Amino acid sequence: MRTTTRRSHRLLALAAVAALTTGVLAGCAGDSDDGDSSDSGNNAGGGKTTLTIGTFGVFGYKQAGLYDEYMKAHPDITIKENVTTRTDVYWPKVLTRLQAGSGTDDIQAIEVGNITEAVQTQGAKFVDLGKDVDKSQWLDWKNAQATTPDGKLIGLGTDIGPMAICYRKDLFEKAGLETDRTKLAAQWKGDWNKYVDLGKQYMKKAPSGTKFVDSASSVYNAVLNGESERYYDKSGEVVWDKSKGVKNAWDVAMSVATSNMSAKLKQFDKPWDQGYANASFATVACPAWMIGYIQEKSGEAGKGKWDVAAAPTAGNWGGSFIGVPTASKHQKEAVELAKWLTAPEQQAKVFAKQASFPSTPSAYSSLKPATATTEFFSNAPITQIFSDSAKTIPAQVFGVKDQPINTALTDIGILQVEQKGKSPEQGWDAATNEIKDVLGQ
Amino acid sequence: MTSPKQALAHPASSVEAAPGSQPGAARGADGRGTPPEGKGPWRSRLYRWDMKASPYVFIAPFFITFGAFSLVPLLYTAWYSLHNVQLSSLDTQTWAGLDNYKNLLSSDFFWNALKNTFTIGVISTVPQLMAAIGLAHLLNYKLRGSTVWRVVMLTPYATSVAAATLVFTLLYSWDGGMVNWLLDFVGIDPINWRESDWGSQFAVSSIVIWRWTGYNALIYLAAMQAIPADLYESAAIDGANRWQQFRHVTVPQLRPTILFTVVVSTIGATQLFGEPLLFGGVSGSKGGSEHQYQTLGLYMYDQGWIIGNLGKASAIAWSMFLILLIIAAINLLVTRRLRKSQ
Repeated sequence: MRTTTRRSHRLLALAAVAALTTGVLAGCAGDSDDGDSSDSGNNAGGGKTTLTIGTFGVFGYKQAGLYDEYMKAHPDITIKENVTTRTDVYWPKVLTRLQAGSGTDDIQAIEVGNITEAVQTQGAKFVDLGKDVDKSQWLDWKNAQATTPDGKLIGLGTDIGPMAICYRKDLFEKAGLETDRTKLAAQWKGDWNKYVDLGKQYMKKAPSGTKFVDSASSVYNAVLNGESERYYDKSGEVVWDKSKGVKNAWDVAMSVATSNMSAKLKQFDKPWDQGYANASFATVACPAWMIGYIQEKSGEAGKGKWDVAAAPTAGNWGGSFIGVPTASKHQKEAVELAKWLTAPEQQAKVFAKQASFPSTPSAYSSLKPATATTEFFSNAPITQIFSDSAKTIPAQVFGVKDQPINTALTDIGILQVEQKGKSPEQGWDAATNEIKDVLGQ
Repeated sequence: MTSPKQALAHPASSVEAAPGSQPGAARGADGRGTPPEGKGPWRSRLYRWDMKASPYVFIAPFFITFGAFSLVPLLYTAWYSLHNVQLSSLDTQTWAGLDNYKNLLSSDFFWNALKNTFTIGVISTVPQLMAAIGLAHLLNYKLRGSTVWRVVMLTPYATSVAAATLVFTLLYSWDGGMVNWLLDFVGIDPINWRESDWGSQFAVSSIVIWRWTGYNALIYLAAMQAIPADLYESAAIDGANRWQQFRHVTVPQLRPTILFTVVVSTIGATQLFGEPLLFGGVSGSKGGSEHQYQTLGLYMYDQGWIIGNLGKASAIAWSMFLILLIIAAINLLVTRRLRKSQ
């Protein structure tokens, strides 16, 4: 009895030692194997290089078939896209990986709301693309946003978000308003308050169950993105509470929030999507990328009922960049791919598929929206409208905490007034408290 | 609690017995300098080493993973909580002492989150456990297709938080949501479930209740089936009806199980995160425009990952940890009291 116990113990110990050692050995072997194969891949060019690209939301590269096209032209390259749906999940992940120096993709997308933070705090972690590209291809302000103080270009512009107003022609007609896009644009040209006035007129004869606009926050964003002064001044100082742009956008948003013309939805929420399907609002501030969104969410029922008119003031809402982290193991190949993806011809292809508007002006002459899109939006000349808007967009200064400050104003301040019936002063105070918390004051 | 204890008793006693008796023998052999049964000294040394080290090797995997994924992050979080650290520049940390904690104690948002965590915890845990015990009692009767019922009970628990919450968000949407549509039938004005104070908290707890009631019911059911049937028989002979049997036999017998579920649910409620985050939709980490359903977990996430203030977020994490320790201590006291009174 005793001996058997001992023997079994010894056997177990041996087994454990054996298991551990083989594990360690296997680990070593595995490592050297990996090293060998990737080395031979790089040196001889016989193997395949896998490039990963990290994006958020819908970039449209895959949809427009760009990856397949590139892989066909470069048989030694495989492209893999890692998509995160939400920016607020995507960006913190990228920040931590950049600083850890590992785990980043070979190409990382950066949203315009995060580009200043990237420029000011992560400049050293990105490859300088300035030397590799002809910068004059992009809009000047787009380049400026991605350039560090010492002149490094850390991201290549993808799309931009020139703005228009998308509106439901059928609802406008029922409410007895002008339906022609050029006459409408003339009615509100230059002043968002005229747009609000038209909303008041709409509400007098509004078809039942519909409102003039989706939310006061979307109007706020639309106005603010046409102002040259936002939350920070050129020296990087926070000036949000003194900024004229913020004041103007806030006032317009307040007149929307307090006059019952808003469907009180929160953008990018599920009920907002339903709002498109149920036609519960007649207008929406419409950056170019919204075109694809409206088309998808309204579905067949909205076909031919939507139209596009120029916005009261030109502005830019959204748009992204792609950069190559220095931690990328295939920097050279990644830079080539990033250059190719953001070249005017490719941006035009993405526009044709997804209506994401190019940041390279030379593409503008060749832009062609898909026929389905044109039909959906009552044959509106969207290329013309967005191009005109893009040309007059003011240069805007962004700051490190731009995104959280904006969220505080829209999702705390404006929402309290719009949905909880607070006064504009109370909403402003709540936003002020929130922003103090954001800035750690 | 009786069944888990019995289950534990077996391996525990055998483990204690094995190393307890054997190393003694080995030590004796070594002390005399003569190996047992005439084998070489290296063998005895190997054997001795084996006796001492093997148990540690066997338990090591757990402790190594625990150290790597729990202990180190825990201590690192403590270190962070004493510094000013921004998400965008993790490598520059400046010493802040207890500033982050002081900042928390003077922050309205923190106290608000603590209050919300408590109220949402109470209005989700209490009805949930009461419903669970009732359901378990019903399931304990002889039923046709009882397995089907039991499996159905567990389906909400098996559903992902995200899927469940998205559906609930649609049900509760204030314009065109099904809940308001039903209320309209009864003549009640639509409620803005996401922005009203109590309405939003109620909505969040309803998701929690929906997901966890069945899970707890099954735990109760398991415990109920361990109650000896003769207790019920003698109660029936004494003339006790169903309700009296439930009150005087079932509930007292379930007491340890109830305590266990209370503790687990309390810990779950303190860490409530996924449901309110997703219920809030875009910028859900704020927990509504007045932070009306922002829990501690959400506040930590907002500070750390949205605003990027990792030092403060770490301080919140440690505060939560301390709160959980306090809850555990209170629970221990209550358990002791109960045991004494029995």
